[in-house]
Amino acid sequence: MKKMYAFAAALLALTLGACSGQKTANGRESVELTGAGATFPLPFYTMTFDNYNAAHGDKVSYGGIGSGGGVRNLKDGIVDFCGSDAFLSDEEMKEMKPVVHVPTCMGAVVLAYNLPGVEKLNLSGDVIADIFAGKITKWDDARLKELNPDVKLPSQNIMPVYRSDGSGTTFIFTDYLSKVSENWKTNYGSGKSVNFPVGQAAKGNPGVAGIIGNTQYTIGYIGSEYAFAQKIAYANVKNKRGEMITPSTESISAAAGEIPQDTRCSITDADAAGAYPISCFTWLIIYQEQNYSNRSLEQAQATLDLLQYMLTDSVQQTTATVHYAPLPKKAVELSRQNLKTVTYNGQAILK
Amino acid sequence: MQDKIFRTILILSAIIIPIIGGGIIYSLTEDASSAFEEFGFWNFIFSDDWNYTPGKESYGALPFITGTLLTTFLALIFCIPFSLPVALFVGEYFRGTKIATALSTVTDLLAGIPSIIYGLWGFYALRPIFMELEISPQGSGILTAAFVLAIMIVPYAASLSSEFIKMVPSELKEGAYAMGATRAEVIRRVVFPMAGSGVFSAYILAIGRALGETMTVTMLIGNTNQVPDSLTTTGNTMASIIANQFGEADGLKLSSLIAIGLILFLITAIINMIGKILIRRAQHV
Repeated sequence: MKKMYAFAAALLALTLGACSGQKTANGRESVELTGAGATFPLPFYTMTFDNYNAAHGDKVSYGGIGSGGGVRNLKDGIVDFCGSDAFLSDEEMKEMKPVVHVPTCMGAVVLAYNLPGVEKLNLSGDVIADIFAGKITKWDDARLKELNPDVKLPSQNIMPVYRSDGSGTTFIFTDYLSKVSENWKTNYGSGKSVNFPVGQAAKGNPGVAGIIGNTQYTIGYIGSEYAFAQKIAYANVKNKRGEMITPSTESISAAAGEIPQDTRCSITDADAAGAYPISCFTWLIIYQEQNYSNRSLEQAQATLDLLQYMLTDSVQQTTATVHYAPLPKKAVELSRQNLKTVTYNGQAILK
Repeated sequence: MQDKIFRTILILSAIIIPIIGGGIIYSLTEDASSAFEEFGFWNFIFSDDWNYTPGKESYGALPFITGTLLTTFLALIFCIPFSLPVALFVGEYFRGTKIATALSTVTDLLAGIPSIIYGLWGFYALRPIFMELEISPQGSGILTAAFVLAIMIVPYAASLSSEFIKMVPSELKEGAYAMGATRAEVIRRVVFPMAGSGVFSAYILAIGRALGETMTVTMLIGNTNQVPDSLTTTGNTMASIIANQFGEADGLKLSSLIAIGLILFLITAIINMIGKILIRRAQHV
């Protein structure tokens, strides 16, 4: 029994020792930050939060529970920040205290396919929409042939694969389809979960990629960060300017054109040269007034330090190593301005 | 003094479980209530409309209830030809032999395999076979899920059934043999009538296991929100729709998912209760 007490005491001392008495790089007490939300940027966040901890001393833990869950946690005031692939809509903003959106990196949704012997496949928005709406059912459809004159397409049924779980990836994909196809917009619309009329569904990027990987004649959409890391064939997509674009770090970054002050914007079907049309931002969202749920000033300062760190050039340069794309200068600049509006008890935190 | 302390601790810990159980039911009902209020209890159960579109939001549980019942029922049918022979082998034909012990150990081992492993096996080994045999073009679906579920519930059905088969008094069997009955006749006329309700209850408990299975089903069923119109089409079950959708759900959708959870809870509870009652009866015979 005594041994157990001693053990418990030692454990307690260890944990206490770990959280207090250490100073961060800029002289503040180090704190522990918690966030939750989107799984799409998870590999990037894991890497960056680790680096941040090493460089600045604040420990950051982030739970990949999905964008919706993250926003719910922020609403409940149990996290310091949440991650989301979809910016909050005007209605959602009305239900909450004012928030600040900070984009952290860019990604895309790519169309992966399994066609034996086909190395390169060209697609356009209307064709993708009609495949997923069940209007184009054969791989050797005239419209697919027209886009791929040099490719021998098999006379087989197309089997679409989509996400069974609610996901930011589905939101970005259907947001794009709604922009390029009137039929899609009126019948199916956009959202984190959409009732796809044809095909089968699988859970998560690995689920969809798994089905495509071992099922011939399938096509499905996958987050670029996952597709780039895997050996999986993905299609070129024609953008608004009529260019056939291969998804890549450069073509994704090129998609960020005009950005509004609050950075809440959809960049699918972007009208920019060299832009991959199914690209997206991912955001970290924090409350503008940082004094909630008895959070300390240190906690608020640490949150801002972390966000500023995410926007630095050196961090943005590392996005490509984990298969994301860096933010354009304009987005970084706007976010720095937006962070200056964040307050604690009404006082601006950043000078 | 020590006895008193021990007694208090015992009572306290015995009370905790019913409290937690009650708490689960309470919070499920509480959170599900807004879905039932919005759509009406029966309408929610019998509506097959599952629509996420904001403004046109409408949730009905029928696709998932039918998916769950279909996969479970099929799994039960597929499971009988595997589990009943094993039960007879272990409980009657080769009772007490080394090979019977080995077989029952292996069957029990199946019960300990995590469901994700069954899922992986189904996904990478069984699905391609289904596509190869052209049973269904996409490989996944009700049939695939039910087949793997069947194998998952074999140990539950087999080991309990063999216990009941072992309980049949040997006097009865010896009497039958003395009258010149063959082994098959003894099994048909003596063992089954005696152990029947016990064996039946073993299958009821196996059903209870199949109803709530989530991971394997999600990997194999194709996850489409429709009432399945054939055995080879894709579908969704109550457990898999919850696992798939809860992460990004809020408001009415979250409440509807919890309502589905409540219905699943009730169905499983009722089935388990029936199984328990039957077992008690079988043991009294």
